[in-house]
Amino acid sequence: MFGEVELTTTYYLVLSALLFAIGATGLLVRRNPLVMFMCVELMLNAVNVSFVAFGTDLNDVGGQMAVFFVLVVAAVEVVVGLAIVVAINRRRRYATADDVATLRG
Amino acid sequence: MLDAVFLIPAFPLLGFVAIVLWGRRLGEPAAGWLATLAMGGSFAAALVTFAGLRAEEPEERRFVQTLWEWVPVGDFSVDVGFLVDPLSITMTLFITGVGALIHLYSIGYMHGDENFSKFFLYLNLFAFSMLMLVLGDNMLLTFLGWEGVGACSYFLISFWFTDEANATAGKKAFVTNRVGDWGFMIAMFLLFTTIGSIDYVDIFGNASELSEGTATAIVVLLFVGAAGKSAQFPLYLWLPDAMAGPTPVSALIHAATMVTSGVYLLTRVNPIIAESAAWAPTMIAWIGVGTALFAATIAVAQNDIKKVLAYSTVSQLGYMFLAVGTGAYVAAIFHMITHAFFKALLFLGSGSVIHGMHHHQDMRHFGGLRKLMPVTSATFIVGWLAIAGVPPFSGFWSKDEILAYAYDDSKALWAVGLVTAVLTAFYMSRQVFMTFFGRYRYADALPEELQLTWNNRVREAEARVVEAEAGLASVKDEAVSSADKVEKAQEKLAQRETEMDDVDPSDDKAVEKAAKNLDKAREAVVKAQESAQESVAAIRPLQDKVETIRTEASIISVEAINGMSDETVLNDEELPASVRERREFQPRESPWQMTVPLGLLAIAAIGAGGMNLPFTKDLHFLGKWLEPSLFHNEAHLKLSGTELWVLAIIAVTGGLIGISMAVRIYLHEKTERATVELPILADAWKYDSAVTNFMGGPGRKFFDLVSWFDRTIVDGAVNGTGRLVRSVGGELRAMQSGLVRSYAALIAVGAVALIAWFLVRTTF
Repeated sequence: MFGEVELTTTYYLVLSALLFAIGATGLLVRRNPLVMFMCVELMLNAVNVSFVAFGTDLNDVGGQMAVFFVLVVAAVEVVVGLAIVVAINRRRRYATADDVATLRG
Repeated sequence: MLDAVFLIPAFPLLGFVAIVLWGRRLGEPAAGWLATLAMGGSFAAALVTFAGLRAEEPEERRFVQTLWEWVPVGDFSVDVGFLVDPLSITMTLFITGVGALIHLYSIGYMHGDENFSKFFLYLNLFAFSMLMLVLGDNMLLTFLGWEGVGACSYFLISFWFTDEANATAGKKAFVTNRVGDWGFMIAMFLLFTTIGSIDYVDIFGNASELSEGTATAIVVLLFVGAAGKSAQFPLYLWLPDAMAGPTPVSALIHAATMVTSGVYLLTRVNPIIAESAAWAPTMIAWIGVGTALFAATIAVAQNDIKKVLAYSTVSQLGYMFLAVGTGAYVAAIFHMITHAFFKALLFLGSGSVIHGMHHHQDMRHFGGLRKLMPVTSATFIVGWLAIAGVPPFSGFWSKDEILAYAYDDSKALWAVGLVTAVLTAFYMSRQVFMTFFGRYRYADALPEELQLTWNNRVREAEARVVEAEAGLASVKDEAVSSADKVEKAQEKLAQRETEMDDVDPSDDKAVEKAAKNLDKAREAVVKAQESAQESVAAIRPLQDKVETIRTEASIISVEAINGMSDETVLNDEELPASVRERREFQPRESPWQMTVPLGLLAIAAIGAGGMNLPFTKDLHFLGKWLEPSLFHNEAHLKLSGTELWVLAIIAVTGGLIGISMAVRIYLHEKTERATVELPILADAWKYDSAVTNFMGGPGRKFFDLVSWFDRTIVDGAVNGTGRLVRSVGGELRAMQSGLVRSYAALIAVGAVALIAWFLVRTTF
């Protein structure tokens, strides 16, 4: 019923932009630190999608290489971030990101 | 052997550090001996280095020892290194030699001072700085020494700082020197910007590349620095005040070494002077000879034994600048050396006198000390003959050489120099006669003391007259009142008599009463008359007494006129206590630590002329020795042998005229002193007071303005920058809210803005 649709790079980039926007919006509006982490992951992966898309489009393996880097960095970042979240939760029963403002200038 | 050069300044530095650490524990006299030993070691090291330099060929006589890199800044680098060449080693030899003697002398002079070890600490630090000044292989190191000697000079002038005047003198010296230092610094900067190096070796090599204007500017600026340090007009002001320090300091710093550093500096940079316009050295010569004459005239009227020597030093330094200005560098250094010997000798001799005379410095009260202080006076006389230019003492040879070069350059310079030489012979003879010859005057009452005593006596006599007159007046009053009483009594009597006549004769009682009253009244009259007679009789002797007292008072006031100048009018008991104290006092010769240096310096002052005798070229030892440091910039004398002889005879005659004038005035007292000791000369031509008034008045306002500019504009810019950064930071602080999401929002906004910027930029 749908005609042959060729999946051009544009589709992937639009997808990537949408994912990024959703992630960014989520990061800005949600206050639960875990959700915010997930949003960050979403943004990172949105970037990954565009990397892969460009890699294929430009016939360059570099795009996929970058994705691996991003994945590793994301994993590291989650490790550190979750450690902080756990440490905060040990001190207080429940805390949103806005409650943790001790570093105010 | 040349490698030993670093030891020369190292010894005094070690001595300084040792006294800083253990000075109080060492105490007197160990600290003094340690310091003297350090100077002796330094002298030995200088001798070794000298021998090493002698061993080299004349053209090879330049050696640079670099210890370490001091200021490395890109291409520019300054090392801590020593330049050993004939000039620096000559200076070093007499600085350490004379310095060691003065250290030894100080052990005797500072005996009993509570800050004994501190004095030697400063002396050693001074010697170290002076040696750095002379030996430094670049201008910055010389400047370090330059400032070091300035600071030590300040410490030592105000050594007895509890006296306000001494502290002020120290400050004056320091501030005046800063004016000169400005010239030194600017000259150094100029050399750096033009030649690109401030090492002397580079300066010697590249001086010929300097343009005439630059070279002239450098020379003039260096001369400003030299005029400050070497006390030339108009910056000489501080040197006479510097005499507030202990006398060994005056000898070491303010006569023999530090004040010659200006002459040294100018001789050192002779290749630059050779490049400068001709008027620059001429100006140096004229300022030098002008200062020489100016200071010599002032020295004629000074009564403080050290002030005379201070002005004499200014004057002799003027001669050295005259020599430098006429290109006679050898003569300048020659005179510097002989002057170091005889002026140190004179200062130490005056110190010995002051020491022996309970720290009295006024020559008017010395006199006749020749017999009481034989060694001091004999050596002082040697110094006197040397400075007065009597052959064959050293001062004759060096001064004569300077005058010969001056004559060759300009007859006018020579004439002024000659007049100065006559004055020099005169004021030095005056000093010697006033101090060592004539009557022993120390026990004499001072004019001030006599004046005070007589003023008191006259005042007392006047008070007695007033008292007696008051007594007489009261007795007279009494007489008048008793006369009144007599009158009243007589009135009463008359009244009673009428009562008697009026009384009723039949009334016996009334008659009796009236008769009684009459009798009483008669008695009263007699009594009153008697007492009136008594009081009138008392007036006469009192009047006589007042008359006697008046006569006495007028006799005292007549006596006072003579007594102001003649103490014999007074009995011994009537003399002020201070005079009686001085009569008890017996001056004595100084200890051996002081007389030995005097003797050695006297030998040097006699023999130092042998360094550079004018007769044949072979006798120019100093001239030949210094040749490698002068790069053929030394002026050549065009005078013939006969002319030189004539000049020498004129100079000697001039000196003898000066001495014989002093003999006439001060030894035979045939001419009044007041004919030469003019008040304006005693007041230093009012120059000092004029400067003081200017600095206290209009100058002060100007400097207040400068200070205001510094505080508000300069400091304002610096502080304003700080304030600006702080307030901006304060505003920006609000952004760091601690809210992670707001940070994220800011990043998002920033990212969007960046993307927008790129889009706009690529699109349009």
